[in-house]
Amino acid sequence: MRFLIKNSRIIDPSRNFDEPGDILIEDGKVKDIGKNINLEADKIIEASGKIAMPGLVDMHVHLREPGREDKETVESGTRAAAKGGVTSVLAMPNTEPAIDCADSIERIKRISEERAKINVFIAAAITKGRAGRELTDIKKFKNLGVVAVTDDGSSVDDASLMLQAFSAAGKERILVICHCEDRKLSAAGQVNKGLTSTRMGLRGICRESEYSRVKRDIELSAKAGSRVHIAHVSCRESIEIIAKAKKKGINVTAETAPHYFSFNENEVTGFDTNKKMNPPLRSQDDVLSLKQALAEGVIDVVASDHAPHTENEKDVEFDKAAFGVTGLETELSACIELVEEGRLDWLKLSRLIAYNPASILGINKGSLRPGSDADIILVDADKKWQVARGNFVSKSKNSCFIGSTLKGVVEYTILDGRIIYEAGLQGKK
Amino acid sequence: MNWKRKDLLGLEELSREEIVAILDTAASFKEVSTREIKKVPALRGKTVVNLFYEPSTRTRVSFEVAAKRLSADVINVAIETSSVRKGETLIDTGRNIEALKADVIVMRHSSSGAAAILAKKVNANVVNAGDGWHEHPTQALLDMFTLKEKTGEIKGLKVCIIGDIAHSRVARSNIWGLTKLGAEVIVCAPRMLIPPEIEKMGVKVSSNADKAIRGVDAVNVLRMQFERDEKTAFPQRLEYYKNFGITKERLHKAGGNIIVMHPGPINRGVEISSEVADGPNSVILEQVTNGIAVRMAVLFLVAGGEKNRT
Repeated sequence: MRFLIKNSRIIDPSRNFDEPGDILIEDGKVKDIGKNINLEADKIIEASGKIAMPGLVDMHVHLREPGREDKETVESGTRAAAKGGVTSVLAMPNTEPAIDCADSIERIKRISEERAKINVFIAAAITKGRAGRELTDIKKFKNLGVVAVTDDGSSVDDASLMLQAFSAAGKERILVICHCEDRKLSAAGQVNKGLTSTRMGLRGICRESEYSRVKRDIELSAKAGSRVHIAHVSCRESIEIIAKAKKKGINVTAETAPHYFSFNENEVTGFDTNKKMNPPLRSQDDVLSLKQALAEGVIDVVASDHAPHTENEKDVEFDKAAFGVTGLETELSACIELVEEGRLDWLKLSRLIAYNPASILGINKGSLRPGSDADIILVDADKKWQVARGNFVSKSKNSCFIGSTLKGVVEYTILDGRIIYEAGLQGKK
Repeated sequence: MNWKRKDLLGLEELSREEIVAILDTAASFKEVSTREIKKVPALRGKTVVNLFYEPSTRTRVSFEVAAKRLSADVINVAIETSSVRKGETLIDTGRNIEALKADVIVMRHSSSGAAAILAKKVNANVVNAGDGWHEHPTQALLDMFTLKEKTGEIKGLKVCIIGDIAHSRVARSNIWGLTKLGAEVIVCAPRMLIPPEIEKMGVKVSSNADKAIRGVDAVNVLRMQFERDEKTAFPQRLEYYKNFGITKERLHKAGGNIIVMHPGPINRGVEISSEVADGPNSVILEQVTNGIAVRMAVLFLVAGGEKNRT
């Protein structure tokens, strides 16, 4: 099977390539990239005016299966991903039950093989049942195909247990992803602590609850000689701590999510539960710090922290509503906004959403180098769209972008050289 | 001015003009309660439902009297926390009440933002009768109405709000309302009961009661609920009275001629002495009377039909 994409602007972050040209795909792999490739092909897409780049590698996704199939399933979540231009996800282990042993890992692998529309990579829990008390059998995980461990949703409060986890993961060269939150400090908080929590009459989530744990986890990882990846960074102090650690040569990487740089805390003051997440939306100063950190490479990755919830869990009193928002279908557009603002160029953008997460996870994705898997998206970067409840593929509709007008539409999503999503065909298939 | 809002959720979102419009309307309704027949037909045929998720006598009765003096039909629904546990959500309850053809839902709820969340989901007018620690707009409006009646004008007044500011919806609504009308506001409480960054709401902050009330025109004394919040350290009762209680001596030291307000119910000997509560500076019972006029105004404006909302 030979497949040719003609005349797009090709972005390949793996070799700083940003030029117009053609992409030849054969047997699911990128075969050649060049000007005027004029061969017979089984399929040809004329893509002038479009951007071709590696499909997104979203390293922070809650697919909710098994256990909460009412919110999302591997099938629905990966279909949403395909629409959003995401061709690989790292599925978080906070399912019910948690992915914390060989059986549950095998089960989610089986479900993914049967039903996933895109590549699903697996993260397993650091502690059994994510309870923070007893380590999982981290040394067995690598052979089972697990690419990272995390107790995401919670932090491991016990520092000595966390140190053991870093040691075990370091030996196995498996990535540790940290949800950094000191629950004693954030206790029962709902929104950013400060004027916002005071105005709204809610308990606040202080910045210290995040950055004190960022600091601890970086220090523990350095001591144990393990890599560490900081999930969903939301505030300036965390960025500063990460920048300092990187300067010292500590092996730390970090991610933020689109909502943290697209909105500030003022968005939540109308009690919109679709703007409620943990960590919370922070100040405008934090928003600007995050954008700068993305531009400068202090933060390596944008990941969605796609956290689907049912209406029943969101259409309630603010303090009873679940934390988290969906993001697979809006993250590319939210990032394109940073290109529009002149903060990033397309190569940097592609690094943040594809190349860097792939290298951090040690997976062979995020590149268009000949020989790579042909996971490619074609994007109409100028096309605007209105985000509405009705246009989500995800089972859940709890997006903080509802009502926004975004720029950038995925026209085609190609996985292993096959078109798995084509704009405009939705609902007709 | 023409009233345009469907709901009254809080004073933060109101303009100065809207607040003045409510106070002016309240002034014209106050006289109704002095008549032999205390009733006007302004809301005849309308149904007002008092939906109370938290126990409240004073506010609920005040709304009930206000609605009845406007000739509305009034239904009181008290929802115990236990029946909420049986599974009906706030929005389902609200929609059920609306299905009874309620025109106005007056709601008291323990969750901040509950009124705003309900208002988006029902066509009925929603009046916030207190949501969590967030706002209690009609209380602040009646406080301002009383102040205006006593002093002639809010602008230029100096008002100290003293007590558990952190957990007080009355404090927040008063801060928004008073600052919009040009008063100077000082909040006074032990440090642990001052919420973060409240000075950014345009108030001065003090933890010294004597300094805070010196030279003020009025002090609004909040009810202290020592049992309220298990997550916050609270001062000792007696220590609080000694340092923050409004007593005759403290008022005298501060300049004497200070209007004393309290949203009630009062804790004698906790945040206020009996002598002050019953004394010449106290306007506490006038506040209760004025509460009816203010709530009549609010119900009339939100539910008064097209002539009030163009």
